[in-house]
Amino acid sequence: MSMELILFYVLGGGALAFAAAMLLPNVGRNPIHSALSLVGTLFCLAGLYALLSAHLLSALQIIVYAGAVMVLFTFVIMLLNLQPDEIQPVRLTTLKVAAGIIGLFVFGKLITAITLAAGGAQSVDLTPHSAAIGGATWEGGFNGYGTIREVGRMLYTTFLVPFELVSVLLLVAAVGAVVLAKRSLHYIDAPTPPPAKLNRLANKPEAAATHDDHGHH
Amino acid sequence: MTAIPLAHLLILAAALFTLGMIGVMTRRNVLVMLMSVEIMLNAVNLTLVAFSRYHGWTEGHVLAFFIIAVAAAEAAVGLAMVLAVFRLKQTVYVDELKLLKR
Repeated sequence: MSMELILFYVLGGGALAFAAAMLLPNVGRNPIHSALSLVGTLFCLAGLYALLSAHLLSALQIIVYAGAVMVLFTFVIMLLNLQPDEIQPVRLTTLKVAAGIIGLFVFGKLITAITLAAGGAQSVDLTPHSAAIGGATWEGGFNGYGTIREVGRMLYTTFLVPFELVSVLLLVAAVGAVVLAKRSLHYIDAPTPPPAKLNRLANKPEAAATHDDHGHH
Repeated sequence: MTAIPLAHLLILAAALFTLGMIGVMTRRNVLVMLMSVEIMLNAVNLTLVAFSRYHGWTEGHVLAFFIIAVAAAEAAVGLAMVLAVFRLKQTVYVDELKLLKR
C-alpha cells in the first residue's frame, strides 16, 4: 500500500467522520459544534485536492471556505447568540426517518452507478508526469498541471466570460447581503413601525405576535 | 506507480453528498442546513477534481473554482436572510417559519 493510498483513506475517512459528526444529534445540536466539524471536513478535502495535484484549489479551499465562509458562519452564530433554552433538541420523527431512508436509497443508487461505470481497473495515476495538458512543459518534465499558472491561464482565456460573470455575481451577492441584513422586515407583519423596545438583534412587535395567533384557526 | 482507484474517490464523494442531503432533509436548524448544502457542494467539487485528474484536464479545476465562488455568494446571501428572518421571528428553526401557511 503506497503512501498516497494511505493518505487518501485517512483524509477521506476524516472528511466522512467530520461530516457525519456534524449531523449527530448531540454534536450538531449546538450550531458552533457543527461549524467546527464542517471546518474539519473542509480541511480534509483540501488535503485530498492537494493529493490530486489540484494545488490552486487546495489553497482556495482553505482560504475561501475555512477562511471566509466559515468565519461568516461563526460570526452569524455568535451574532444570533442563541441561549441554551432556545436551542431545540434534535427530535427523531417518522418524516426524518423516511428522509434518512431516502438518502440511503440515493446513496445505493449512486454506488451502483459508480461501480457500473468506473468499477473496473480505472485508477487515478498520481505520478507527476501523467497529467497531459497542452502548453509549455516545466523543468524536469512537470507540465504545471493544477498550478496557479495553468488554471489561471485557462481562467483568463477560455473561461474569461464566465469568470467576469462570477465576479459580477459576487458583487451582487455582497450588496444583496448588506441590504438584506440591514433592512428590517417588520412591515410584513406590522404595517406600523414597532415600538422601540430592543430585543437583542431587533424588536419583535407585540402586534405581530397577536396577529400571528389570530391567523391560526 | 502510485494510484488511487477512481471508484473509491467517486464513492467518497457520493457518501459526502448523501450525508449533506440527509442533513438538509433531517435537520431543522437553518444554519446546519446551510452547512449541509456546503458539504454537498464540496462533494461535487471532489468529483470534478477526481475526474479532471483522471483525464488530465484542467477544465474541472476551473469549474470547481466557479463552484467555490458561487458557494461563497450563496453563504453570504443565505446568512443575511437568516439574520433578517431571526429579526422578524426570533428563531432559526424552519418549523416555526410558517408565515405563508395561514
